[in-house]
Amino acid sequence: MSDKPRVATVSLCGCFGCHMSLLDIDERILQLVQLVSFDRTPLTDIKTIGDCDLGLIEGGVANAENVEVLREFRGHCKVLVAVGACAVNGGIPTMRNQFSLRECLDESYVNGVGVYHPGIPTDAEIPLLLNQVHPIHEVVKVDYFIPGCPPSADTLWTFLTELLAGQPIAFPYTQIRYD
Amino acid sequence: MGGPQVSEVQGFVTESLGRRGRVPEHLLQHLIAVQQRFGWVPPVAVESLAAELDVTRTQVRAAIAFYAFLHERPRGDFDILFSDNITDRMLGNRHLLARLAKQLGMGTHETRADGRVTLGLTSCTGMCDQGPALLVNGRAVTGLTAERIDRIAALVGECVPLERWPGDYFRVEDNVRRRGLLLSNADADGAGLRKLVDQGPAAALAEIERSGLRGRGGAGFTTALKWKFCREAPEGDRYVVCNADEGEPGTFKDRVLLTSYADLVLEGMTICAAVVGARRGFIYLRGEYAYLLPHLESVLARRRAEGLLGESILGQAGFDFEIAVHLGAGAYICGEESALIESLEGKRGVTRKRPPFPVVSGYRDRPTVVNNVETFLAAARVVRWGGYWFRGEGTDQSAGSKILSVSGDCARPGIYEYPFGTPVRRVLIDCGAERTQAVQVSGAAGTTLAPAEFDRLIAFEDLSTAGSFMVFDQSRDLLDMVQNFAAFFAHESCGFCTPCRVGGALLRNLVEKVAAGQASEHDLAELRQIGGVMRQTSYCGLGTTAPNHILNTLDKFPDIYRRRLRSADYTPSFDLDGALSEARAIAGRDDDAAHIPETLPTTAGAAV
Amino acid sequence: MSNHFTLDGRQLPFVAGQTIMAAAQAAGVYIPHLCHNPDYAPHGSCRVCLVAVGRRQVSACTTPVTEGMAVDSRCESIQANRRAVLQMLFAEGNHLCPACERSGNCQLQAVAYYTGMLAPHYPPFFPRRPVDASHPDFIIDFGRCILCELCVRASRDHDGKRVFAISGRGLASHLVIDSPSGLLGDSDFAATDRAAHVCPTGAILPKHKGFEHPIGERLYDREPISKVGDLRAHEDEVDGNE
Repeated sequence: MSDKPRVATVSLCGCFGCHMSLLDIDERILQLVQLVSFDRTPLTDIKTIGDCDLGLIEGGVANAENVEVLREFRGHCKVLVAVGACAVNGGIPTMRNQFSLRECLDESYVNGVGVYHPGIPTDAEIPLLLNQVHPIHEVVKVDYFIPGCPPSADTLWTFLTELLAGQPIAFPYTQIRYD
Repeated sequence: MGGPQVSEVQGFVTESLGRRGRVPEHLLQHLIAVQQRFGWVPPVAVESLAAELDVTRTQVRAAIAFYAFLHERPRGDFDILFSDNITDRMLGNRHLLARLAKQLGMGTHETRADGRVTLGLTSCTGMCDQGPALLVNGRAVTGLTAERIDRIAALVGECVPLERWPGDYFRVEDNVRRRGLLLSNADADGAGLRKLVDQGPAAALAEIERSGLRGRGGAGFTTALKWKFCREAPEGDRYVVCNADEGEPGTFKDRVLLTSYADLVLEGMTICAAVVGARRGFIYLRGEYAYLLPHLESVLARRRAEGLLGESILGQAGFDFEIAVHLGAGAYICGEESALIESLEGKRGVTRKRPPFPVVSGYRDRPTVVNNVETFLAAARVVRWGGYWFRGEGTDQSAGSKILSVSGDCARPGIYEYPFGTPVRRVLIDCGAERTQAVQVSGAAGTTLAPAEFDRLIAFEDLSTAGSFMVFDQSRDLLDMVQNFAAFFAHESCGFCTPCRVGGALLRNLVEKVAAGQASEHDLAELRQIGGVMRQTSYCGLGTTAPNHILNTLDKFPDIYRRRLRSADYTPSFDLDGALSEARAIAGRDDDAAHIPETLPTTAGAAV
Repeated sequence: MSNHFTLDGRQLPFVAGQTIMAAAQAAGVYIPHLCHNPDYAPHGSCRVCLVAVGRRQVSACTTPVTEGMAVDSRCESIQANRRAVLQMLFAEGNHLCPACERSGNCQLQAVAYYTGMLAPHYPPFFPRRPVDASHPDFIIDFGRCILCELCVRASRDHDGKRVFAISGRGLASHLVIDSPSGLLGDSDFAATDRAAHVCPTGAILPKHKGFEHPIGERLYDREPISKVGDLRAHEDEVDGNE
């Protein structure tokens, strides 16, 4: 076992844009792997989470599985971070909160354009949707918030390097963005 | 079926315009009249009033939406609202509401399908000494019991008009238990006014100054100073306003003063008018006390006939003063003087920017004295008996007496007048309170006292109070009080400033979470944080005092929160499993995977 | 008689009757604000321009300066309260910056950046407020309205129209439009109204102009509002007028 801090990441109700932004740190990723080792994350394809120092959550909470995964992360991570607009405030998916779940599903699976076999899926394998989409801090305690859709690679780099160096996080003006 | 005829509504509006006046300031009074007549404000009334008063239909609608007693949809023929102060709850109002709803075959917050009756709750109606109480079509029914409720159900069932309901249902007792300086010297002989005429307004003002009288609404501004500012304002119209919007939960002294001491209140207003040079005055009477309107009108008429009001008062040429009664329509914020003036001008009761203060720019942007009912009464007595007589009682900073409205867990609820400087303990003994756990002084916005503080004094320099005094014995769960007050403030916020509008709702939701046994330590910290922000940043007194009860009880009664916490130090802000309800219903599922268990870890280290 | 006060330790002049905000602006000192616009009477509702005067916190836009007054606009308790008030505004409405055409040119967002707000913190209310797209030139997204009443004031005090009003109370307070249907398209509202150009958020937006300036090159993308100034100073740029 390495004694480097272990990091896990996941995308809940998100678009993986925040993960893409993390990859946008480009060659600095070589520095990053010197600093940390990765646990569960789409980058390693590890499917279950072990005890970690840092958990990065992309995406909001939209269904039962999101809740379960988010709680697992909270349970295993010393520090949990909301990364990006959807984790921070629910983001674009919360636009469905303007409607009832029934209206949303009817629009997608019954009345929508190009629907051939109308009917709302009820398969037990499919996680049930929550009545509304929520930011992650409504479900678990969150230690840090990084806004942005997505946060820029520089923003993520600032956060990771300062956190790992044990410094207070101080973003320059151009790195705090909500869009 | 269907609403009233268009022509009938238009006819009524035309008549109201003729009777009350065609200026925008009268909008609210017209709306109240229409509401009382038709049980709602039909669209045609909105259009007619907008056209006649030079206001937009949106402004009319916005006013309707602001005041709790105005409605754009029809209410039942019997519109029944149970007073929902914590003292009403302690007397079982919820059970009685449920009982009535059951007998009427309807829900507790709805209009019955046949349009016969509407049921609901309303903020404190000022009958805490004889609750539980309700309002039916705006009229107060007191002393509710199961028998009375059953009888009311029958009366509604038989469609008996209110005039034929038993008269004792509407009886409101004064319940004066202790008379002090003011109430034991309350003969309405017009002597104060005569003395004013004999000695002149400057001498009257000097007596008020000598008395040390401070405003009785709670803030305690020096009355003489307020009058002086107004008196010294540049030439032009000025106004005297009596704040009878006694909305602070648990206070009802103004109800009694306006019932049995109205002459002295009006005399005080008239003296003030002479001092400041006002020719017009208003009594802003809370909608809950609309039943007092005929009484007040008759006292005003008698005083006019006696030469104590109107033109050339007591034969003095140029001493003209007229008083009109304006009704409120269910908005606690209108007890705040600048919101009251907005309401008096017919608008939504939203707080004004200060400065300028009303005494410089008030009603119609003219200098306006706004004083509490009790202040005017005291002023009348001071001018009659002299400033030294008044300050012979009380403390250095709090001259005279204070009239308290005592309710809650005590043998003798009612009105008690004490010299300022009286300890809380003395009041508790006198009203027959036993095993007292807490006292809420000065209403929901006031201070929660624990037994260790019962030696504190009723006085501006210690416990400043508008007079509400609610007693809670050891059988009570004080979180019920907190829930009641938190919901009250969220409901009564005017919505103007951010911290009160949003913070009030956040506090209410967090308190509900505590009550539901779903809260964590984190939520208690949040209550403190939000409460602190509201206290420091709100625009007016409503917002700055709204978190008091929460901050007080967190400090003094932490156990009412702690014993309900879930063990985790952080819990979700919503019911996770409940949030799958729609999806479960749509999918027709109820298997294990269709539920979210409560127990998964939500914080670091909780997992093994 | 010297007519001076201190703001964050700096001595500044003032004219009798001037508010703290006006005196600060005259001296080129930025105090964050949302409902304030010098073209209209001070309002004091948003509470973002809080400053400390002695032990009290007051709104700079409504409080007159007095001789020798010591005003603190930068202390941590003021900053924290401003942030909390902004977080309340974000939690109250539906402020989805990635989906908003105004993003980058938005005063609400810019002031939040200025105070270092990273997240709305409070549980969001997600109010259900439909968009009004009935007008040919403008759109109203009520979910973004922060009840500053600038459009109400501009329409009433400048345009002489009274197109807007606030209805309801408490958390149910909301912007309404004066027309028979309640829709903007049926009102007297015109693109040339001042009311069309004073919204500090993306609640009142011109149609067909959303992305004339790309994200990243907008007003507050590179420099804080304390340097760039209010939308008012950049109206033509933002609304895409020549």
